[in-house]
Amino acid sequence: MIDYVLKRMIQLIPALLIVSVVSFSIIYFAPGDPAETLCTGPDGTANPKSVEAFRTKMGLDKPLYTQYLIWLNNVLHGDLGYSYQSGSPVFNHIKRAFGATFKLSVVSLIISLAISIPLGIISAIKQNSPVDVACMVGASLGVSMPNFWLGLLLMLLFGVYLGWLPVAGYGDGGDLEHILLPAITLGTGSAAITARLMRSSMLEALGQDYIQTARAKGVSERIVISKHALKNALIPVVTMIGLNFGYLLNGSIVVETIFGWPGIGRLTIDSINMRDYMMVQGCIMFVAILFVVINLLVDISYRYIDPRIRYDAAR
Amino acid sequence: MMQHDKHDSWVTNTVARVRESRSAMLGLATVVSLVLLAIFAPQLSPNDPTEVCLGDRLISPFKESKYPLGTDHLGRCVLSRLLYGARVSLAVGITVVGVSTAIGVALGVVSGYYGGILDSAIMRLVDATLSFPSIFLAVVIAGMLGRGLASVMIALVAVEWTSYARVSRGSVLSLKEKEFVESARSLGARDSHIMTRHILPNIIAPVIVVATIGMAYVILAAAALSFLGFGAQPPTPEWGAMLNAGRVYMRTAPYLTILPGFAIMLLVLAFNLLGDGLRDILDPRRVVVE
Amino acid sequence: MSSLEIIDLKTHFPTPDGHVRAVDTITLSIMENETFGVIGETGCGKTVLGLSVMRLLPPTATIAGKIRYAGRNLLEVSEAEMRRVRGEEIAMILQNPTTSLNPVIRVGEQIAEAIRLHQGLNKRDAKKKAVEMLDAVKIPSPAERANEYPHEFSGGMKQRVMIAMGLACDPALIIADEPTKGLDVTIKAQIVELIQKVTEKKAMLLITHDLGVARELCDRIALMYAGELVEYAQIKEIFENPLHPYTRGFLGSLPDQGLVPIPGISPSLIELPDGCRFHPRCKYTTDVCKQKHPEMIEVAEGHFVRCFHA
Repeated sequence: MIDYVLKRMIQLIPALLIVSVVSFSIIYFAPGDPAETLCTGPDGTANPKSVEAFRTKMGLDKPLYTQYLIWLNNVLHGDLGYSYQSGSPVFNHIKRAFGATFKLSVVSLIISLAISIPLGIISAIKQNSPVDVACMVGASLGVSMPNFWLGLLLMLLFGVYLGWLPVAGYGDGGDLEHILLPAITLGTGSAAITARLMRSSMLEALGQDYIQTARAKGVSERIVISKHALKNALIPVVTMIGLNFGYLLNGSIVVETIFGWPGIGRLTIDSINMRDYMMVQGCIMFVAILFVVINLLVDISYRYIDPRIRYDAAR
Repeated sequence: MMQHDKHDSWVTNTVARVRESRSAMLGLATVVSLVLLAIFAPQLSPNDPTEVCLGDRLISPFKESKYPLGTDHLGRCVLSRLLYGARVSLAVGITVVGVSTAIGVALGVVSGYYGGILDSAIMRLVDATLSFPSIFLAVVIAGMLGRGLASVMIALVAVEWTSYARVSRGSVLSLKEKEFVESARSLGARDSHIMTRHILPNIIAPVIVVATIGMAYVILAAAALSFLGFGAQPPTPEWGAMLNAGRVYMRTAPYLTILPGFAIMLLVLAFNLLGDGLRDILDPRRVVVE
Repeated sequence: MSSLEIIDLKTHFPTPDGHVRAVDTITLSIMENETFGVIGETGCGKTVLGLSVMRLLPPTATIAGKIRYAGRNLLEVSEAEMRRVRGEEIAMILQNPTTSLNPVIRVGEQIAEAIRLHQGLNKRDAKKKAVEMLDAVKIPSPAERANEYPHEFSGGMKQRVMIAMGLACDPALIIADEPTKGLDVTIKAQIVELIQKVTEKKAMLLITHDLGVARELCDRIALMYAGELVEYAQIKEIFENPLHPYTRGFLGSLPDQGLVPIPGISPSLIELPDGCRFHPRCKYTTDVCKQKHPEMIEVAEGHFVRCFHA
């Protein structure tokens, strides 16, 4: 197992290198000179002196690959540069924002799984019944619904009309009443995807021979479903959690912006709007590394959950 | 000729099965209706979608016959803007999916057909793109390129092409071993001939499925980017941008929030239903059985 | 004393294309301590016969007739009662152990589950009993293997696990569906020997297409064709005096008889031929075979056959 984890971590290195190259080169998408770009603030014009100083510091007068190596060296030392806006290290901003995003993602994921797994199971057991049809229509709507629209509708209903929950904001460090609406908004899309997957993998499991074996032993239908079928059907759903996290990270951009949630998505948007490019670079790289690492963790846990793979890996 | 006959029966078969699948039919009907609405937007719109009329600001729907669905904060006709907005969404979707398909399929076929270093290089590029959550990457690219629909389209192509590359590469790998490709090769056909005449026609089915679902994804993503202020700029009638402008008036004029969002959902849902239906119908496992 | 009595059993599956008559009016009885073989080609309905006894059919299936076991008609007992019957009174060893064992549950637990359920043992004792069962089916180092997953077992070993699972609650009747399918010759011989040993004091319904295995294990055998029985008798009688053309054909297709296949294919269970169901493939067909459906007649003591020319 440890061998496998080590092997996978070594395999990550090229992926992370590519991520760093892409993040590094993003700055070149902006029209104009990168030094000016990086020193440009909301007022638009860069101070020529600071541009010159910056150019020398980052080696922007040197060949491209040297620039990249200097940058990479800084990154590896935890130096992602400084926010033009606040003057404080980009890393600190990201650390703070990540806390908020992490909290939101976890609550969303819990909401998403708590809704989708039972619904997927019920749909599969009652295949083609009105309940199943309702769940699957709901799932289709959930996948197709723009999350920014859903967020605004929830805000309108619970915040404006009913007045049960605050319309937006972070509250006291992201308390429950402030997190609920953004988390539901964010969780709906992934719940729709997971419910569909749960349904199809449950249907597949219920059609297998070992289900008949369990019934032939005299096992009750409830245990056939909750033990024999579910144990198998959950495996693909667990692998999907990694993808789900990607979905949640993507959604966080919009949802955090609507609800004023101070996470990494909103930080990215704000930085783009403020032309705080060093921050943008830091954000995109951080998100990618996060995404890669989560997928690794899911991969490892998948191997832990499915005994067939565990055995193959051990051999 | 053999090849041709097979293709014909494949097409008739598919058409027959689409007619059987209720959700695919529903999706197709909705897509067709919305496309027609978009095409005939100039004829159907009661007003100029960009004409500002400050005297008619924030009129609710069904209040005045001149503005069936009301007006926005600048007194522009919401119905006309929604109809023209369908044009923008469809145009963005078709352009992005079209360009992504061209790039993705070309790279995927070459990658699968030749293998080796070329394959590794292309696949590493795919992996790298997939290392980023797609909307994040698109937002950053669009943000860097500057505001406007063109930036959004470039950004979405940059994240969208990978799906087509992967699916066509996968199909090519399995086709490469098939007899008709082997026999074409043994008859001395050139690589370019084999790829365009023998391989391309056979990867159409999976690519159509990916492209249909891709339309849904791209339309949704483009609306999200416009909502965030990166895509369509005023006064272009774009659904995401309309929603963003309207949400300020959420308390007094909720229809400005509700209507454009509903339009987005309808179009995305239609493509999703059609795509899901096509995927079930064109599922390679089912095709093999028959 | 008969253990299981099946009377006029009909199991049909309605489909859009028509009724699939998988089991069509079958009557048979199995004595205590007897092994009764049901033999036939793939698709003749023999697996459905076994599943009907266990009431493990999809809800769309319709069952008619009587299945008498231990003084009651199993087709009339409640589902809860039936669950008690399954595994405790009658065990079914399903075909294909590779797909019939749950891939994500440890082998020991798959056996212990039935023990806990029917014998009320606690978790530890049930586990101990499961290990004993693995030992009884000659799985080496059973205590360790009980903690392994099915994919860590070879085909023959998986079949042993299936047998151990079936025997776990000491049922009086075992239904074994193709227990030797897909095994190579040596392993097959071992499994046959094992089944012989463990079912000595039990009644068994053996479903197979392998006459060699049936000859080793069965006291009586029945030939099944297109949903119905066409001939049954003591095993010796069948081999020495086969009367139905299908039985003769089947015997003729044995390796030591020169592997002469029966010409033609078995009919679809939806559109059965008129008259004798075997007549399109039979070389003795006369007009009566095409028009009338033959009844089962007793030609010698305990030897029944469904043929006008027997």
